[in-house]
Amino acid sequence: MAKGQTVLLDSAAVDRALTRIAHEILEQNKGVKNLALVGIRSGGDILGKELAERISRIEQVEVPCGSIDIGLYRDDLSSRGTVTVGPTDIPFSLDGFSIVLVDDVLFTGRTIRAAMDALMDIGRPRNIQLAVLVDRGHRELPIRADFVGRNVPTAKEEKVDVIFKNNNSAAEVHLLKPQVK
Amino acid sequence: MAFAHKHILGINELSREDIVTILDAAESFKAINIREIKKVPTLRGKTIINLFFENSTRTRTSFEIAGKRLSADTVNISASASSVTKGETLEDTARNIEAMHPDIIVMRHSASGAAHYLAERLKCSVVNAGDGTHEHPSQALLDLFTIRQHKGRIEGLKVAIVGDITHSRVVRSNLYALNKMGAEVRLCGPGTMIPPGIEKLGATVYTDMNEAIRDADVVMMLRIQMERQGKALIPSVREYAKFYGLNANNVTLAKPDALVMHPGPINRGVELSTYVADGPQNVILNQVENGVAVRMALLYLVSGVDHGEE
Amino acid sequence: MKLLVQGGRVIDPANNIDSEMDVLIDDGKILAVGKNLKGDGAQIVDATGMLVTPGLIDIHVHLRDPGYEYKEDIVSGTRAAAAGGFTSVACMPNTKPIIDNKAVTRYIIEKAEKEGFARVFPVGSITKGLDGDCISEMGDMKEAGCVAFSDDGKPVTSSELMRCALDYSKPFDTVIITHAEDLDLVGDGVMNEGFVSTELGLKGIPWVAEDAATARDVMLCEFTGARLHVAHVSTKGSVEIIRAAKKRGVKVTGEAAPHHFTLTDETVRGYNTNAKMNPPLRSTEDVAAVREGLADGTLDAIATDHAPHHIDEKNVEFKIAMNGIVGLETALPLTLDLVSDQVIDLNRAIELLTSGPASVLNLPVGTLTVGAWADVSIIDPDKEWIVSAKDLISKSKNSAFDRRKMKGAAVATILGGRLIQ
Repeated sequence: MAKGQTVLLDSAAVDRALTRIAHEILEQNKGVKNLALVGIRSGGDILGKELAERISRIEQVEVPCGSIDIGLYRDDLSSRGTVTVGPTDIPFSLDGFSIVLVDDVLFTGRTIRAAMDALMDIGRPRNIQLAVLVDRGHRELPIRADFVGRNVPTAKEEKVDVIFKNNNSAAEVHLLKPQVK
Repeated sequence: MAFAHKHILGINELSREDIVTILDAAESFKAINIREIKKVPTLRGKTIINLFFENSTRTRTSFEIAGKRLSADTVNISASASSVTKGETLEDTARNIEAMHPDIIVMRHSASGAAHYLAERLKCSVVNAGDGTHEHPSQALLDLFTIRQHKGRIEGLKVAIVGDITHSRVVRSNLYALNKMGAEVRLCGPGTMIPPGIEKLGATVYTDMNEAIRDADVVMMLRIQMERQGKALIPSVREYAKFYGLNANNVTLAKPDALVMHPGPINRGVELSTYVADGPQNVILNQVENGVAVRMALLYLVSGVDHGEE
Repeated sequence: MKLLVQGGRVIDPANNIDSEMDVLIDDGKILAVGKNLKGDGAQIVDATGMLVTPGLIDIHVHLRDPGYEYKEDIVSGTRAAAAGGFTSVACMPNTKPIIDNKAVTRYIIEKAEKEGFARVFPVGSITKGLDGDCISEMGDMKEAGCVAFSDDGKPVTSSELMRCALDYSKPFDTVIITHAEDLDLVGDGVMNEGFVSTELGLKGIPWVAEDAATARDVMLCEFTGARLHVAHVSTKGSVEIIRAAKKRGVKVTGEAAPHHFTLTDETVRGYNTNAKMNPPLRSTEDVAAVREGLADGTLDAIATDHAPHHIDEKNVEFKIAMNGIVGLETALPLTLDLVSDQVIDLNRAIELLTSGPASVLNLPVGTLTVGAWADVSIIDPDKEWIVSAKDLISKSKNSAFDRRKMKGAAVATILGGRLIQ
């Protein structure tokens, strides 16, 4: 591991957090009726699939799961330049559904704002809830998560990385402190 | 690697990677064009001016819809009407418009090189919607997109282009584009419509249309104009249709699943017989549909490139 | 039907044959060429003392049909051709209606097949209506049977249009025949510009009017890479232009008419309207150059530019007389005169009337190759006769050679195995 990098959550911890979140979602929504998950690329989409799988195992029912790319809804295009826009894949109608947005790290809240705008252009959900693996604070918009894996206070300059091994299962959450010169 | 072109002047300046980036971006925009709310806020607040010195309903409408679906403010100026007839030079016209702070100018002009001319002088982005007989990059890109959509690839395909090669900017752009993507290009047309040295841009020239389209994966027909600058280059549309038109008899020479393409508008019974125009191999309407998505991709990608200061 | 042409001197330049042989014909085709062939019930044609050659070909003939049948028509014209020893002619498009479409093309071909005495290969026009404005449907006409394209009678004035025509002709693998004339320089000239025109007080046509136009067309031919044939070459300059171009590999060929290698502008003296044609009879230097061109291969064919006109069109003041003379019935002896004048040998003479013209227009005739169509000319090279214009077989009698002593004549032709005498 590089200097200044610590593990916030190891793979076992991530696993337990996801299981707990799955149960919380089911408890809050009283089951899977009219429930669907939409993961935010990239990172949130993998976690979304993980959550959907766990929920299905618990309830013995398949819950719809999609992924959304918010590249075209960002508010920082002029400064960042264009980013590669990935596909948005929501193979079901949003209308009348409770949509749980899934993301890996909740930070300023702008990504979630963009994701909500994108969802509204695609359909009309009954309500939108938010599940994140890590909430690191420093909100710039009035947005809060309904389901949180771990609250981690961070300094603004620090970086929180969610590293996915084998592309398909969450492994570890790392915190990187900025390098001292 | 980030897209680094502030202007889209021609396919000649684009790399293969650039082309793939544009085509991939167009995929996302295509999805937006078929959903209920055909809009994304990506270019909200940007001003796009469609400056068309040559008449064009389809290309201009396509660019206009593309800009609006990206939430930009689009303005159409058909300069044939206004200041040009009053004697204003191209540069003055453009600078006057630039003074109103557009972010992108999409231009079609009858002089080859007009887009380059403006790009050298203006601060905003310039997208070439067709300059004289030089290039028409968005057309070639939507053609590539359409081919990729139906065939899954472009590399190694045999593409035959038939028609007035000399006066076609669509051909030039397609020659660059298809060659960069690894296709094999064949050209065919009347002896008066094949410019010297065109094979050097990467094509084989055929005098016999039957040989040109034999076993082709894609047959692209170009619109014919009987007169250019008052001179007839072909004796009649009847003779043109007979020797250079695609019809029920010769379309069977191409592969059975070959695509029939045309930049439009088509002359039924001349370049394409009604049988072919209404046939299953015709993807011309796909081309139009894909045109909006490709143009959205172009507007999106150029607007993200830094303007000058870093 | 079987024919055996026996005992003649067979001259077939395409196959390098010049010896006493027999020619066996069956079913309209050449069956065999050799010594002492057996007839087996064939009709014998005794050709002892005769020349036996592939049927002669005249690639520049005005048959005037449709439209001007009072001057000539397909029947009378091909009959005159046969009398002159020709089995094939190419006819020019300045008829009425003009050969600028497949309908007129088919009419001519089919009428000749049914009623003619020689094969007729139509030449289509370069421009629609011969208007010099827009190219004609060459592809369609070639498919209908046109073997080449020309606006003969008129030049293509616009250089841009000539280029367009040459470019357009390339994919169809055909020949553009040019009537090379700069009309501005011609003005209202009526004969060659020279001492004779000065003496006679007639407006002259300078040689440069032909040379400048020939140069333009030959250069356009070089530029476009198309195939060009220069009609009725009459000047020293034109011959030189073609000679130099051929050396450079330009795809150009040329022809000369018998009057241009036999007569000079002196013939006009007496205001003889049967010495009036376009291009006009030229000077002695020009005639010498044309003869030299025929000898050294610069010019590929002898073609008569057979131009029948009614007596009422020639029996007028020189200035308004129509241009042209008939030539089908006098071409052969005039060509043989070149042999006796030792300008060319007999083999070359026959070549200029058979394989030469055939290769200019890619015609499937002009040889006695086994399997080829049985088109044969039987010629008496020693027959002496005197031209009598009023007795010509052609409907029109405007010959420049009336009362001239000739040596050599065709005695018969065989057209696709059919004997014509």
